[in-house]
Amino acid sequence: MVMMALSFTLACGDSGGDDGPDDSDNFDREAMLANWADNIIIPAYDHYLDQLRALQSSKEAFISEPTMDNLSTLRTDFRAAYMAWQQVSMFEIGPAETVTLRNFTNIYPTDVSEIEDHVSMGGANLELPSNNDSQGLPAIDYLLYGVGADDAAILSKLSETSYQNYLSVVVDRLHTLTDGVRTAWVTDVYRDEFVGASGSSATSSVNKMINDFMFYYEKSLRAGKVGIPAGVFNGNPLSDRAEAPYAGDLSRELLQASFSSVMGFFRGDHFDNSGRGPSLGQYLDDVQAFKGSIFLSRAISNQSALAQEDIQKLRTDLKTQVEIDNAAMLTAYDELQELVVLFKVDMFQALNVQVDFVDADGD
Amino acid sequence: MMLASVVRFWHNGWIDKLYIQPDFFFSYRGFEWVKPLGDGTYVLFALCAISALMVALGYKYRLAILMFFLSFTYIELMDKTTYLNHYYFISLVSFLMIFLPASAYFSVDARKNDKVAFQRVPRWTVDAVKLMLGIVYFYAGLAKLNSDWLLNAQPLSIWLPSKYSTPLLGDLLQERWMHFAFSWAGALYDLAIPFLLLYRKTRVPAFVAVVIFHVLTRVLFPIGMFPYIMILSALVFFDAPFHKRILRVFGRLVNTSIGRFENDKSKPELGMLRIGKPILMIFFVVQLLLPFRHVLYPGELFWTEEGYRFSWRVMLMEKAGYANFKIVDAETGRRFYVDNNDFLTAFQEKQMATQPDFILEYGHYLKRHFEQQGHQNLQVYVESYVSLNGRGSQAYIDPKVDLAQVKPSYKHKNWILPFNDEIKGL
Repeated sequence: MVMMALSFTLACGDSGGDDGPDDSDNFDREAMLANWADNIIIPAYDHYLDQLRALQSSKEAFISEPTMDNLSTLRTDFRAAYMAWQQVSMFEIGPAETVTLRNFTNIYPTDVSEIEDHVSMGGANLELPSNNDSQGLPAIDYLLYGVGADDAAILSKLSETSYQNYLSVVVDRLHTLTDGVRTAWVTDVYRDEFVGASGSSATSSVNKMINDFMFYYEKSLRAGKVGIPAGVFNGNPLSDRAEAPYAGDLSRELLQASFSSVMGFFRGDHFDNSGRGPSLGQYLDDVQAFKGSIFLSRAISNQSALAQEDIQKLRTDLKTQVEIDNAAMLTAYDELQELVVLFKVDMFQALNVQVDFVDADGD
Repeated sequence: MMLASVVRFWHNGWIDKLYIQPDFFFSYRGFEWVKPLGDGTYVLFALCAISALMVALGYKYRLAILMFFLSFTYIELMDKTTYLNHYYFISLVSFLMIFLPASAYFSVDARKNDKVAFQRVPRWTVDAVKLMLGIVYFYAGLAKLNSDWLLNAQPLSIWLPSKYSTPLLGDLLQERWMHFAFSWAGALYDLAIPFLLLYRKTRVPAFVAVVIFHVLTRVLFPIGMFPYIMILSALVFFDAPFHKRILRVFGRLVNTSIGRFENDKSKPELGMLRIGKPILMIFFVVQLLLPFRHVLYPGELFWTEEGYRFSWRVMLMEKAGYANFKIVDAETGRRFYVDNNDFLTAFQEKQMATQPDFILEYGHYLKRHFEQQGHQNLQVYVESYVSLNGRGSQAYIDPKVDLAQVKPSYKHKNWILPFNDEIKGL
């Protein structure tokens, strides 16, 4: 067997020409899944949950004493929670998929008149999918930044019990949902189930995770955060479709957080930046995936640097960016789009990913 | 000689098959009128299943096989997305069988009416089926004689390692030499197997090879019924005594002795057989030439896929693609991109993105769709990328060509960008 292997490798090495990879060891997918679960996904949920707890307590503090100072703290904690959300949103798999966490957390634009209805009615059944767009972080964005023309007006509205009640329900619901998802990962069996499903079928964790990763990148990040507000799919710029439009200066940061989470996941970076584990990038190197003369993983990180540069040039408020200079928005979109090709064509082929997209609305 | 045994398996498999019903279906040129029938699609499938069963029983055979051919072919023509060589194969064989006397022996027809029972049928009627199978294998083998398959072990080098969790083989499939072993063995198998099956002395080992080969492909690739169909079809190469042994056992189960069919009569070459002979001769000439039609087109066959279908090119390439359609209003210059998920299933999108005729048909559909929404003078452009057999992605369709202005035809599609590499071979 060894002799056969040798002679084949030699024979093929000569004739195979430039792209003849040498015999590769079986890449350890289980180690990659464990790295994803233990060093990225679970810590990201832990962090997000911490931020939601902080948001809950500053919400309680504000309700018992609705002052400008307490509103500022509440807003700061809201921003931190929104940023932390960007680091878990792409992991819509397993328990998060079951409860459709993303749909309940970040569907925007939020439906302002529906929120006002809920407020005046004294609540609503937020478990209904039809209420996806009147809850979650976008609803809080509206409540904390958009219910009045200025801070004084906002403060006075938020001093009313009806608004406080709705704010409270929405914040608590985010916490409850996320806590359930985290519990399923950590204390229930899902972590082991996820890591254990290291096979090669279409339902294996690797295959599903790559599909979910791609879906998030295309729908939520590229289209949701940039393409739709820039009017790529419609012909007309739609600035009010930007993420967190009421907070104003938050949307670019959210986009950046989302993008670096995607790339961090691709590289296998630990959530706490303490190191790096087995990843899609390593997997691609392991199967000798090339793009021209360089490793595909390198081509992807080069392209991501270009996209990051263009995103950095945008205003902190993407809504204003669309209104004032949409061309810069379209440039950033084009760079993000290039990555879709590298991921969806090159990476999918190299790893022989089975495509299984389901139609669903992203955030 | 008799054919009855070959058809026994036909009723397997497609009865419970479901058809998903998306908004849009890709049609074959000349068969645009063939569309799914809504709920009627289920009736169609039922018809197909019933006729298959009738063929297997040999009950009202001519009517049944004609019905089967028409219904099965209709199903196949409904959506080009699901094109598979083995569906095509089944259509062809059922067409062939319209003219063959497969119910002459051990069939309900022959049992009910001694006049239509014959122990022997003309040799060429069985040989026709062998020839069809031989063409499938041999042409599939010829198609493998290309540099990607033989010298780079592509696309098996992509497919096999991803089957890492296959029992026993998982780790071996990671080895480069295994990819070459599979590639070369596959090509040799396809080229040689028709002849080994024809030759009496090698027939049994050849059949063992058929079983091993197809079981292996069943384990490794998602190709459904095809392996079983081919294994059972290969039985046609065995001689009459062998089939009689099978039928004797089977006959006991259904309480029908094969003795009653041993009437020593030969089927005369009259009626369908007389009409059939010249038709089948033309049929086979077409079958022999059709797979070579790609030589009429310039450019790399795997890249343009002009003349790729209907030519027994099986499992030859791994193509991944991405097509981003841009709709431009010619008057205002307003433009926007299409979200393919709004119109196509994931499977349709995957097939569409790598095949030019799909891209064109979808482009025309998009123009119609958006013009119905009140837009006028729309132009359709596509930015598309395709990766073939592990090469990096490359721009596929000329992004400056307005697809709305391109008429579908069998002429060379000069709006496909050239392939930046060369694949040598047939």
